[in-house]
Amino acid sequence: MKLHFGNGLLKGMLVTIKQNLRHPTVTQYPEQRLNTSRRIRGQELVWNKTRCTGCATCAKACHQGAIQIVTATNTENNKYEVETYRVDTGYCIQCGICVEACPYDALFMGARYEKAKYRRAELVENKEQMADSLDRPVSGYFHPERAEKLPVQTLLVEKINEDRSKE
Amino acid sequence: MTELFANPWFHWAFYTVLLISFALGAVMGLIYIERRGMGRMQSRLGPNRTGPFGLLQAVADAVKVLLKEDIVPANADKVVHWLAPIVAFVPVLLIFAVVPFMNGAMLADLNIGILYVFAIGSISSVGIFMAGWSSSNKYSLLGAMRDVASIVSYEIPLVLAIIGVVILAGSLSTNEIVKAQANIPFILLQPLGFIIFFAAACAEINRSPFDLLEADSELVAGFHTEYSGMKFAMFYLVEYAEALAMCAIISTIFLGGWQGPVLPPWLWFLVKTFGMFYVMVWTRTTFPRVRIDQLMALAWKFMLPLALINIVVTAIEVVIWPTPAGLPWVLIIVNFAVAGILIVTWSRLMKYGWGRVETTLR
Amino acid sequence: MALHTEPFILNIGPVHPSTHGVFRIRATLDGEVIVDIEPVFGYLHRGVEKLAEQRTYTGIIPLTDRMDYITSMSNNLAYVLAVEKLAKVKVPERAEYIRVIMAEMQRICNHLVAAGAFINDCGAFFTPFLYMFREREKLMDLFEMVSGQRLTYNYMRVGGVSQDLPAEFLPALRKFLKEMPAHIAEYERLINDNEIFLARSRMIGILPKELAINCGISGPVARASGVKWDLRKADPYGIYDRFEFDIPTGTVGDANDRYTVRIAEMKQSLRIIEQAVEKIPAGPVISDVPKVLHPPVGEAYGHLEGPKGELGFYLVSDGGIAPYRFHVRPPSLINLTALRQMLIGWKIQDAITIFGSIDITMGEVDR
Ligand code: SF4
Ligand code: SF4
Repeated sequence: MKLHFGNGLLKGMLVTIKQNLRHPTVTQYPEQRLNTSRRIRGQELVWNKTRCTGCATCAKACHQGAIQIVTATNTENNKYEVETYRVDTGYCIQCGICVEACPYDALFMGARYEKAKYRRAELVENKEQMADSLDRPVSGYFHPERAEKLPVQTLLVEKINEDRSKE
Repeated sequence: MTELFANPWFHWAFYTVLLISFALGAVMGLIYIERRGMGRMQSRLGPNRTGPFGLLQAVADAVKVLLKEDIVPANADKVVHWLAPIVAFVPVLLIFAVVPFMNGAMLADLNIGILYVFAIGSISSVGIFMAGWSSSNKYSLLGAMRDVASIVSYEIPLVLAIIGVVILAGSLSTNEIVKAQANIPFILLQPLGFIIFFAAACAEINRSPFDLLEADSELVAGFHTEYSGMKFAMFYLVEYAEALAMCAIISTIFLGGWQGPVLPPWLWFLVKTFGMFYVMVWTRTTFPRVRIDQLMALAWKFMLPLALINIVVTAIEVVIWPTPAGLPWVLIIVNFAVAGILIVTWSRLMKYGWGRVETTLR
Repeated sequence: MALHTEPFILNIGPVHPSTHGVFRIRATLDGEVIVDIEPVFGYLHRGVEKLAEQRTYTGIIPLTDRMDYITSMSNNLAYVLAVEKLAKVKVPERAEYIRVIMAEMQRICNHLVAAGAFINDCGAFFTPFLYMFREREKLMDLFEMVSGQRLTYNYMRVGGVSQDLPAEFLPALRKFLKEMPAHIAEYERLINDNEIFLARSRMIGILPKELAINCGISGPVARASGVKWDLRKADPYGIYDRFEFDIPTGTVGDANDRYTVRIAEMKQSLRIIEQAVEKIPAGPVISDVPKVLHPPVGEAYGHLEGPKGELGFYLVSDGGIAPYRFHVRPPSLINLTALRQMLIGWKIQDAITIFGSIDITMGEVDR
């Protein structure tokens, strides 16, 4: 039988006041940025024009119907060409299933996550916008060889590394 | 200039304005302390963007709130709805009239200062009830009901708790009480009185763990659910001004007010007041909220009898050891022991898990 | 003579700080006392069960993420267990271990949220909540590391998991395992003995054992009432029979018991993760499953001990690429069945506490 006369209250107060001695668990976001996961599924898809064969596996795998792909034969250079490749990132839920489905490693998740737009129409991205370029970093989702090159994720477990067991 | 100050009317007007500006300025300080202090205890930082160290956050919030649209519910009792913030706000400012910032530096050295504080202080609950009633919102009404219940109950232990101090000081004037603490602050002589007073003061000004009337997790925002803009700002101000007033009173009657070595007296006073407020922030950070019937039970079954016993004990002590020279160690030890024993034994009488009411559907 | 007062009706919710989403309790009050309640839900209904009938078996996995968004991993797992039963898919050893680690991490995550939110409902001003979220954040970092997102993991796949654990994962998890017990001790110091918390939660909202069983209540809520029922022991799915752990149970079934059971379960989960981390073998993480699954005609019910209770998925296949029928047994919804009996007679403040102690997610209740 435990005695209770406000001792529990005092014990709790001790815990909260001790918190003043510790580092706050805060990141000052716009100035301080943590490295995201190497596998981050950011808010965009990155598409590689040269590798894509236009097989449309990604479009079939996408359960949101966010990918539109139109292929046509280019009679001039006698080639099968992707005419339209369009992703409505407003419908896309960044699940990554299309990336996993692509048999030719032509589709990647993007690593960027600050992509707020004012209009819905701006969320639809076409072939040119989606192309693999420097300002459109690719994440290592489902592509471990790419993941290795990315910076290591900052972890809270490692960021706040006070040894609590001594208390 | 001196003639101007000699004019009592000018004197009063000048110091009243000074006092009100002090109260409003200090409220900003309190909000800052609350938000930063609480943030720090919760492993956060608190606002730190507006101005240096976030000092201007309260100003920014005030400006934002004042620019908001003032919405009055369609079914509200418009006049009462409009009056309520004012009725709540004015009495709080009046309390500061008897707070001694330095020896004699107070607007009115009433010889019944302490009584005046509680007489005036509880008026603001009328404003709160008006707000709750006129909003025609069920949450507001519940909040207002709770407020009235808690004010009625907690006024009693609150007043009884300071009777011990009054017995020791031999005066009701706040300035005299501070003077009586030249040797030793009354918190050491009246530990039980202090605890009861602190808890009852928290209940009186509706701070956690007794903030039932605005219980954000239950009643949305309680009595001021339907307030916005300027009027909401008034209520927000009332809350902190009340806290400031109570902290000032606590530091006056228990912590020795402006008495203290080295530092100038007004600084001592401010340090004690803000320190007291920090303790309130601290308890708010740590404690959950009590239930309404537990609140009542705490007042009537716990604090009231203990406050009465405290009065008796203090009276006996004053008779046995009249004004000892030097530090009254015996008194301190006896009082702490009495407080400890009483709290431990009395808390055995409180038990968990009651409060279910058998109801039948009508 | 009893004063005759008019009961009045208070709508708690759908938009209310403490209804954990958009739940609505239509409470008939007599003063502050609850005379009758009528739970109203459906504000978050998105037709998940119907949507799923038009999706491929893989495409449903992200959908399950969005049901109980606090325990996405467990939802994923429960669903893939059902599909694996339906399509008779074998799961590689390493994937089984990864699944156990993920499910238990998710359980800790959920209980941190549940306990934190519960204490918040008792009126604590966010302190325990924020402390608990700090630790949850650490777990979410780990989830992000393996799956790429913090809330909607979409990590389990039919026949395994989508990707292997990254190399940095296990060291980080070990670090977390090392420091977590101290954090749990901190929560216990902070709130467990707090008299106000005890007064608010002890002997409040008692759910008797019989009622719990009759209403089909499962998970920590049932265990707090003394029902020693845990699917991990009662019907060991995956490889749970290889781990050693206890089933913490409560004695009276009050709100405080539900809280303590959750805290105790976190410790047990830590134990399971420790064992799994020790034993995890190398190897493939997904078996050879066709990209587009055509399970044979039939039906299957896959269930697991989710953090909130028994989470089950019932699938009927007509041999096509999408299930013919997809049904969920949501623990959140079924745990609410006894809400009326638990609330009547208590005050509004208790109603919030009791409701908080059940721990529901509206995304799962309404689906
Ligand atoms: S990430 Fe998912 S939702 Fe988005 S396009 Fe790919 S499959 Fe569709
Ligand atoms: S699956 Fe890959 S290769 Fe096929 S169309 Fe999509 S992006 Fe191109």
